[in-house]
Amino acid sequence: MAAESSKTAGKGAGKTASRSGRKGQARLLQGNEAASLGALAAGCNFFAGYPITPASEITEFMSRELPARGDPFIQMEDEIASIGACVGASLAGRKAMTATSGPGFSLMQENLGYACIAETPLVVVNVMRGGPSTGLPTNVAQGDVQQARWGTHGDHPAIVFCPSSVSECFELMVRAFNMAERFRNPVIFLADEMVAHLREKVALPAEGDLEVIDRRRPTVPPDWYVPYKTDGSLIPRLADLGEGYRYHVTGLVHDERGFPTRRADEVEPFYARLFDKVSRHFDELMLTKEYSLDDAEIVLIAYGCTARSCRAAVRLGRERGLKLGLLQLLTLWPFPRQAVERALAGRRAALVPELNMGQISREVKRVNDGRTQVIRHSKMDGTMITPEEILGRMREVA
Amino acid sequence: MPTVHRSVVYDWLRHDKKFPHVWCPGCGLGILLGSLVRALAEGGYDKNQVVLVSGIGCSGRLPVYVDVGSVHTTHGRALTFATGIKLAKPALKVIVVMGDGDATAIGGNHLIHAARRNLDLTAIIVNNLTYGMTGGQYSPTTPLGAKATTAPYGHSEPSFDISALTVTAGASFVARSTVYHVTQLDQMLGQAIKKKGFGVVEVLSPCHTNYGRQNRLGSQLEMMKGYKKQAVRMERWDKLSPAEREGRFAVGVLADREYPTFLETYQGAVERALAARREG
Repeated sequence: MAAESSKTAGKGAGKTASRSGRKGQARLLQGNEAASLGALAAGCNFFAGYPITPASEITEFMSRELPARGDPFIQMEDEIASIGACVGASLAGRKAMTATSGPGFSLMQENLGYACIAETPLVVVNVMRGGPSTGLPTNVAQGDVQQARWGTHGDHPAIVFCPSSVSECFELMVRAFNMAERFRNPVIFLADEMVAHLREKVALPAEGDLEVIDRRRPTVPPDWYVPYKTDGSLIPRLADLGEGYRYHVTGLVHDERGFPTRRADEVEPFYARLFDKVSRHFDELMLTKEYSLDDAEIVLIAYGCTARSCRAAVRLGRERGLKLGLLQLLTLWPFPRQAVERALAGRRAALVPELNMGQISREVKRVNDGRTQVIRHSKMDGTMITPEEILGRMREVA
Repeated sequence: MPTVHRSVVYDWLRHDKKFPHVWCPGCGLGILLGSLVRALAEGGYDKNQVVLVSGIGCSGRLPVYVDVGSVHTTHGRALTFATGIKLAKPALKVIVVMGDGDATAIGGNHLIHAARRNLDLTAIIVNNLTYGMTGGQYSPTTPLGAKATTAPYGHSEPSFDISALTVTAGASFVARSTVYHVTQLDQMLGQAIKKKGFGVVEVLSPCHTNYGRQNRLGSQLEMMKGYKKQAVRMERWDKLSPAEREGRFAVGVLADREYPTFLETYQGAVERALAARREG
């Protein structure tokens, strides 16, 4: 049996929960539970949500935990209200989260755009199920990958993480909060139903072992505070409402003081900064894992539950003499272009298995630029892609 | 030493926000803005502890002029943001300004649930019977038969009574006034802001640019005079026959009652959760 080598790429990627976990802290957890625990470990102290399968376990978990910490939990009248409450709470200084699935995620797009333009940190969990509309509840699917990028109207930066194991649910949730606070942008935690409902043994890290990032707050006196003026990081400092910094927040394009503007010489730099604050720091966001990739002739590129099938396919394929490797994407957006380019270079072919009609394979083809042959493997029947299915496609390639 | 008189306007409006405001000459929103800052000054509130939240529409532009934390949110969603702000920092005085379309059409669901939940928020609903900013289309409060740019042959739907709706939905305090009845409006805003629980003030305000023009109601001045004629004090309203009530409306306090607020009932849940943890 071929030994499976694994590498994790991305700044800070080595700081994973399983590695820093203490002995005796291993627990059997469901993906949604691990994500909830990750949120609490990252400092989540506000939750507003609306029931929907397969995300309800997170809402229920928070309804048990937050009151016991004296923090607010509220079940709102719909998903629009849930994310609205999260934006409000975040502006008042809380670390806020909401959790939903496809239909609710569609409703959240409006205020997700608000969070982007008003640069409000928050985390939105979307546990994907079959869509569109009520779709295929609540079978597994990965159909919201492009919606997570482009769902709200207007051009905007997007940060999206996708776990493929229960321990990654914990680790990526901590990271989701950290990046939301760091970049003052909503972060989408895009799980699929299979990973969210999966139970695995997880070693949780001790609290001190976790890196927890808080938003930068103003240090100047209120009279000097210019809410959207930035330094070289391009990320402005965020004052909590009710702390003496009486400023204006709006969903309109605004000037440095936060007041609406339509002046071209203010609008253009506004949009430029909104994108640059993320693109200048891509290295902090791009998370990928490699399995047996160094000598691979054929590369699999996958994420979420599909990456699990791919790992099995790599192992089985190598037992049968097929030199397979896997690039697992943990960051879906911004698209980890450099890692994908490296994974494609010099291979005979690349296969992109996913539970949709090719939402990531399209991106892989876009960055491929003639390096190799990229093959899409789509499945939309409400079940997972099996390792044997992947190996079946390999015979075509080989 | 000479006494320095600083006006309420000087104290409560932003000095770095350029005037004139965005509203049409004769719009009632300027009067409401004055009334609101007088109520805040009269109540002795700390500017650092007040947050003004609004939705989209002409009324949505009101908070930006006031020197407090101000949040101009999405259409219909102001109450949801306000809910998050209040829960995050219960010490803050959170006041929400909405229009009739904002609060009762696109935001209707949020309005009834905010009233039912009875969280300590003050909702000021400016009712001009139309969508003013988008050019005079019909709203949930446009009267049956009235003209609108989307009802050129007369409106086919009956209208909401915003105050009655929020009384039924469970708000602790509900009052109605107009921008003509400024003294009363000052008082009612003061009462609503002070009140524990969800407080609603429905403020009738003329939109002569759109609603008035389409329905031949004359100038802004004539529309204001109309409020004077049509408004009946609550105490008298109860004694009027249905025929006498035709074409008129009641102003005053419709509901003022002590219901448990969300923060009080949630505190109960927090204590039970802590007790359960202690018992392990």
